[in-house]
Amino acid sequence: VKAIVPVLALLSITALAAEGPAGEQILRKVDQNIGSDNKVSSARMVIQGRRGNRTVEFRAWIRGMEESFTEYLAPPRERGVKMLKLGEQLWTYYPSTDRTIKISGHMLRQSVMGSDLSYEDLMEDPRLIELYRAELVGEETVRDRPCWLLDLAARRDDVAYHSRRVWVDQERFVIIREHRYAKSGKLLKTTEALDVERIDGRWVSTEVEFKDVLSSGGGTRFLLDDIEFNAEIPEHKFTKASLRK
Amino acid sequence: VILFLLKGLVRDRSRSLFPVLTVVAGVALTVLLYSWVRGTEADIVRANANFSTGHVRVMTRAYSGEIERAPNDLALLDVDGLLRDLRERHPGLVWTPRIRFGGLLDLPDEQGETRAQAPVAGLAVDLRGTASPEREILNLDGALVRGRLPSAPGEILVSEDLFDRLGMRRNEAATFIGSTMYGSMTTANFRVVGTLRFGVAAMDRGALLADIRDVRHALDMEDAAGEVLGFFPDGIYREETSARIAAEFNSGLGAAGDEFSPVMGDLRSQSGLATTLDLAGYVSVALIGIFVVVMSIVLWNAGLMSALRRYGEMGVRLAMGESSAHIYRTLITESLMIGIAGSLIGTLLGVSVSWYLQVRGLDISPLLKNASMMIFNVLRARVTPTSFLIGLVPGLLATFLGTSISGLGIFRRRTSELLKEMDA
Repeated sequence: VKAIVPVLALLSITALAAEGPAGEQILRKVDQNIGSDNKVSSARMVIQGRRGNRTVEFRAWIRGMEESFTEYLAPPRERGVKMLKLGEQLWTYYPSTDRTIKISGHMLRQSVMGSDLSYEDLMEDPRLIELYRAELVGEETVRDRPCWLLDLAARRDDVAYHSRRVWVDQERFVIIREHRYAKSGKLLKTTEALDVERIDGRWVSTEVEFKDVLSSGGGTRFLLDDIEFNAEIPEHKFTKASLRK
Repeated sequence: VILFLLKGLVRDRSRSLFPVLTVVAGVALTVLLYSWVRGTEADIVRANANFSTGHVRVMTRAYSGEIERAPNDLALLDVDGLLRDLRERHPGLVWTPRIRFGGLLDLPDEQGETRAQAPVAGLAVDLRGTASPEREILNLDGALVRGRLPSAPGEILVSEDLFDRLGMRRNEAATFIGSTMYGSMTTANFRVVGTLRFGVAAMDRGALLADIRDVRHALDMEDAAGEVLGFFPDGIYREETSARIAAEFNSGLGAAGDEFSPVMGDLRSQSGLATTLDLAGYVSVALIGIFVVVMSIVLWNAGLMSALRRYGEMGVRLAMGESSAHIYRTLITESLMIGIAGSLIGTLLGVSVSWYLQVRGLDISPLLKNASMMIFNVLRARVTPTSFLIGLVPGLLATFLGTSISGLGIFRRRTSELLKEMDA
């Protein structure tokens, strides 16, 4: 057995080397943890403004990495607003005006429901390895969890954030903390996972604090109330016709 | 004696023509530039007051700190209560709430899909109130290019340029896409019932004018407003009174510590207008000063040349026993006559050109294509009672100074040498 261990170690190192640098391997594992199955979730966003807090509730249907449908349930003013993402296109439906508006151009930078998230954030491909090159730059403990510290540099110009620094839980491969930067190096957004739970064999961030550094609000707390993996989602959900239903 | 001197001036044109022409030119330019500066200053004040700052403006402290982006999330709340209080404390001013907002105006096709879309700079005012002063303040009747003013909920006006650019039709439905006071994206359907051209590039590029009730509903701003503007009823800005009212307000109601308490600013202290207004005052004084100095030098030189030419005449007059002081006084009197004549003609000329520029104006719109400041596309001079008097100062002062200096040569001539000089 003793003789096998070094061989196995050698084989592991060889396999890791074949997958690329250490930082990218870690990022791949983060992406793998997110998975690409169908998901149906209910969540709340507690938006902490300068004048007080506001809670927005919604239900989201996600198919793979490209398609999602979101329906807002509360507060009453936002109830019935729906959003459909198909690939790189995003539409929003407003029942009060019965209009479906395609969100594009500079509108993508607008805040979603007054939160610290922009439409651009929603549009982003969740597979970070597709968008960024990763470099392992160290280790740190964040919220009592040992983390890998990765610097991410954009592979192309059309991404929302030119670079990021992420703290990845070494055991769970969940991003615990993240700083997102503009091309100029200016810090634009921060996120911090306040609670991580194991659901259906995956580690999922169930409470995340988002902060748009450029806004004067107190940040947005995202609370995942429930999530169902590999859920059955009818085909018509991801069509523009479903926005008006 | 005056009649005698006058005859001399009229008959000997070489003595009067050049100095009179100099004075006419100087005085006319002084009057024209003074009227132009006053007109431009008044236009800038009027445009800023009517479209942006009012004569005084109430906002929250937080809003005033970020006023460039019109942050409606920091708007005033309980505006009805604030208006009641302002009207009670300052009944001499007309108070009106406004909301400035930005967003997109989206025109749908038959299927409800976007046909055309453009960014708009929105202004919400009390358009439908029977006692609203906004119709007069914004000169809506004069600015209306086509259609009519809104009279029912959901009706809006847009700038004529925007109307053309988007290929709109009158009474066409349009969807506004913007942000609520709480930052959520919002949409609201409106009907475009008319178009406006204010003559202010910053407004005419992409303005949307809506009733404040509709916009409050669309932006989730019930009983809220970004700003409450105060105007003197006659539309004339009174700098000292405005500053006093603002100071009184800020030392009382607006003095609370929190960032959402109201604070008042006067027109002068807002939008960088203090510098502009000060500059206009300095320019007026500087213009007059420059013309006095330049004309004095020119007339001094003219006086010296005249003295050389009239060297013999002065000698004869001195030889005949006329005192140097008397000759000096007659020269001064002559110069004052030239000054009066030149000033009158110059004032008439300056006022005439200023009047023309007051009526016709000067179109500077090509220079304002991307301007964000509130300034009318056509700048106009303004003829005021001072315009008729302002030219007399440099006109008389310069001729007096010029002759006073050049005439001093009279006192240097010695009677004992006169005959010898005249022989020569």
